[in-house]
This record gives sequence, C-alpha cells and structure tokens, in this order.
Amino acid sequence: MADAIKVESLVKRFNGFTAVNRISFSVKRGELFGLLGPNGAGKTTTINMLSTLIRPTSGKAYIDGFDISKNKNEVRNSIGMVFQEPALDGKLTGRENLYFHAMIYGLKKEERVARINEVLRLVELEDKGNFLVEKYSGGMKRRLEIARGLIHKPRVLFLDEPTLGLDTQTRRHIWDYIKRLNRDSGVTVILTTHYMEEADFLCDRIAIIDHGKIVALDTPKKLKDVLGGDVVRLEIDGGKSEKLAKKLKELKWVRTIRTYNGFVAVTTSHGEKRIPELIELGQQMKLKIKSVNLRKPSLEDVFLHFTGRVIREQEGSPIDMYKAVMRARGR
Amino acid sequence: MRQVIHFAAVYVLWVRELKKLFRSPSRIIGSLMTPLLFLIFLGFGLKNMALPGTPAGTTYTVFLVPGIIGMGLLFSSTFAGLSLLMDREFGFLKEIMVAPVNRISIVIGRILGGTTTGLMQAVLILLISLIFGMRIPSVLAFFSAIIFMILIAVAFIGMGLVFAAKMKDTFGFNLIVNFVIFPLFFLSGAMYSINNLPTWLRTLSYLDPLTYGVDGMRGALLGISTFPMPLDFFVLLFFSLIMVKLGAFFFERVESA
Repeated sequence: MADAIKVESLVKRFNGFTAVNRISFSVKRGELFGLLGPNGAGKTTTINMLSTLIRPTSGKAYIDGFDISKNKNEVRNSIGMVFQEPALDGKLTGRENLYFHAMIYGLKKEERVARINEVLRLVELEDKGNFLVEKYSGGMKRRLEIARGLIHKPRVLFLDEPTLGLDTQTRRHIWDYIKRLNRDSGVTVILTTHYMEEADFLCDRIAIIDHGKIVALDTPKKLKDVLGGDVVRLEIDGGKSEKLAKKLKELKWVRTIRTYNGFVAVTTSHGEKRIPELIELGQQMKLKIKSVNLRKPSLEDVFLHFTGRVIREQEGSPIDMYKAVMRARGR
Repeated sequence: MRQVIHFAAVYVLWVRELKKLFRSPSRIIGSLMTPLLFLIFLGFGLKNMALPGTPAGTTYTVFLVPGIIGMGLLFSSTFAGLSLLMDREFGFLKEIMVAPVNRISIVIGRILGGTTTGLMQAVLILLISLIFGMRIPSVLAFFSAIIFMILIAVAFIGMGLVFAAKMKDTFGFNLIVNFVIFPLFFLSGAMYSINNLPTWLRTLSYLDPLTYGVDGMRGALLGISTFPMPLDFFVLLFFSLIMVKLGAFFFERVESA
C-alpha cells in the first residue's frame, strides 16, 4: 500500500527566494508526523503545496498515492485541512459551517447530519453547535475547524500550527483531541509547529526544517539521543563563552558544544558529576559563571545542534499583525 | 481539471451570502445610505436644473434614480468581487480552495451571491424613490430594469474578481476606488446626460459598461434613453460575459498562500 504522503525533492521559489529547497520525506499511514521549525522555515509553504493550494516549482509529491500536480481533485478529496488562521464564517453557526462543508464534499443529506453530530461530539461542541461562530473562543474555533476537517473522513489531516495563539490550557486540550483522533480513527496527521513541546508530545516522527531544508528526521526520542546524554548549560559573564568553549573542546567527556547569547551548552553523560569540574575550569580561567543548569536534552537542544540557532518567536511583521487583528475580529 | 460546474458549491456560496446579509441588517442599511444621500441631496439641491433633451415634467430627482441605482450596483458589485481577495486570505474561501471544487464554480457562486444582494439593494432604492415622485410605468418596465440591474452587477463583480486575482494584498483598494470606480461612475452619465460632455469625454463614456446600464434603466423606467434599448442590452451583456470570462480566467490561475 502506498504511503499516506510521499514527497520527492519538492521545491518552491517565490520571486527568486527559495522557500522550500528540495525536501523529501514520506509519512506512513496512521502516523502523526510533525514539521518543526521557526517561522519562515518553509513549513506552511510545504503544507500549502501538499494541499494543492500552491503549485510546486519542481519536484513531486503524492497524497494517498495521488499526484498533487496531476490529480488535484483526488488529492482534495482525500485531505482535511486546518489553517493557521481560522477559515470559519463568523456570521454562521457552528453547525452551518459544518453543513456547508459537508455539502461541498458531496455528502448525502442523511449522512450530513449524522456526521456533523459525530464530529461535534468528538470535539465536545455538541451543545454549542447552534451558536454563531463569532461568539466562539479561540479554542472552540480551533476545535470546530478540526471537526470540519474530519467531516468527509479524509485519509490525511493537515494541521498548520494547530495551537498558535492559544493559551496553555486550551493547547493541552487540543493536543489531547489530536492524539485521540489519530489513535481512534487512524487518520494520518501531518502538522506544522514551532513549539518544541508540541512536536515532542504529539508526533511519532518529526522533520526539523530550517531555511527550506530538512536538517533531521526521526522519532523525538532518537533525535534527542543524537546529543548523547545530558545538557549542562553555563552562563558566562562578559562575552567570554567562546573562550570557555575552546577550552572545553580539549576535554574527552564532552560530546558536543554549542555557544549562543553568552551561554555554553555542553552535552555529556552523567552531567551532574561534570558540574564541579566545569565550575573549577571556569574559575581557573577567571571567568564569572552566572548560572548553571542541567537537564535532559529537549528538542530545543536538538534544533540548536542541527542549526546552530535557537527557535524563538520572531517579531511580527505588519502583515502578521494585520492577520492577528483579523483573527481577533473573527473573520 | 474538468470544467463541470459544482452545483453544491455554487449553492453553498450563494446561500451563505444571503444568510450573512439577513443576519446583519446594518449591512443592508449601510449599503443603502450612500445612494440615498446622493439621491436626496442632489435631487433636492438641483431640482430646478434644466434637463435638455428630456420630456417636460421629468424632474431631476426622477432622472437621477436610475443613475443612483447604477452607482449603488457599481460600488457593491465591485467590492463583492474584490472581497474574494479578503476571503481567500482570511476566510471561509480558503477552505473551499482546498475542497474538491473547481475554481469556475467558486466564481459562479460568488457572482450569484453578489448579484442577489446587489439586486436587493437596487430594488430597495427603487422602492424608496417612489416617495420622491418616481413612478414605475408597467410590470414590463420593472422587469426590464431588473435585467439591466443584473447585468450591471455581473459585469462589475467580474471586474472586481479580475482585480482581486491580480492583487496580492488589500492595500490597493483605495487605488481602485479612486482610479477605477469613481471615473466609471462619472463617465456613465449617472448624474447627467452624457450628451452634455465634450466629445473626447463622451468617447470614454462609450467604453464604460455602466453607461449602457444606466441608459437602459432610464429607457425602461422613464422612456428617455441616449441609445436604443436593445443596443444597451447587448453591449452590456457583451461586457458582462467578457468580465466573467476574464474573472474566471484570472481566478483559475490564482495561487492562494
């Protein structure tokens, strides 16, 4: 049986800017797959190509065995999509939004109502179905969108930043829905996110994407194992972190070293036993150590390892802010 | 992709437009306000203006009614077409773009929805203008006027779609209002007979679809027209078809991202 998603050296250029640069990966049926990367890494562009919204510059991709360039209608029939910005109609009720969607996907009349009830129950909105969507909270809107994406029983569900702009509690809830959904209905889920903990918690496998390229692809556990052991992070005063890093390179027990913003992050086994040694070394070098921190590696460290940068929320561009306003107005 | 019209999608887009309209009465009132202000103030203010070439007894207000209906349709229809841009980026339509529905059905659905709401606005203005001395001579005249209203709506929604497909963001809206909508409005002879314009301007008027729409409505409702009514009808029909074709053509090629 064909893979749920198969991508072969997909490229997208916008006026000379390469947003997606020859990426290849495949997603197995029933898998929960994540594209993790900072804003502007090319995640949404990838999703938009796979969902036939935009045409690839070159390369091939198949959804459920259908070519995204040649069999657009078949691809569209097999996918459900939840966008970054809510694509709901605020002036319609939740049920009406779902009903129209069901009609467009050609569901029979009897089937429509049954499916609507089913998906509303799934996202626990059955008692809110008859309210206008503009009255919904952000989390409810997102749940309704997930419900809508599922009405026509798609083989593959696309979630573009499913918890962007939601509070922590709502985010947890959405995570639970996504996990349960994937487990119970067996739908293949591909999601994009720039939240490390989201990718870590949800995904069976993660592709780390940066500057339009996949830099690593594996299960969260294996990705973290790459670093080999614990992360000890030292904060050094006065921009001397490079100096310490240089010295640390000579030590045998140090597996990897990264420096950023005055921090030195070292991976090693038995990190707790190495802390005294590190502090001693710092003192010998007359460095002022401001803080020490020991932890199990997170995906953040993995990202840093592969890209030499940390993922951080970037400043919103005017367009992003405009979109945020539109979102708030419930369009 | 097959060019089969997807009736469910067309119907959904149409019903959705109507539901939204009826749920926000402020939108109906808002859309009537500008045309009515024009009608009332210009009508009263210029009541005693001489109207060369009209039968005696035709007041300026009555002369103005078809023009103002045309103006209302021009604005609302162009924006209905343009709003596709907003919808594509922020709304419901984005979701339809990934549904197994071809683009032509989306275009038809949008035109149908926009035409229906535009037509309701136009008929309301016509009914309100009865207060100001407007008379509808016959049922036939009424329905002929309706046909012209529909054609005007379709033509300018099509035009709006072309702009929407070509524009990347909404910042160009003002440009379109000032450089396209207002010139089309003034050239159409909505407020005066285009026979009063200097020849070079009149030539431009002949290229404006609204000219034929307003002239056709005047012919139907007042019995005054610059061109023969069949000519108005066919020219406007031609414009509408071209605009829809162009709108659909550009929209097919649009990428939403």
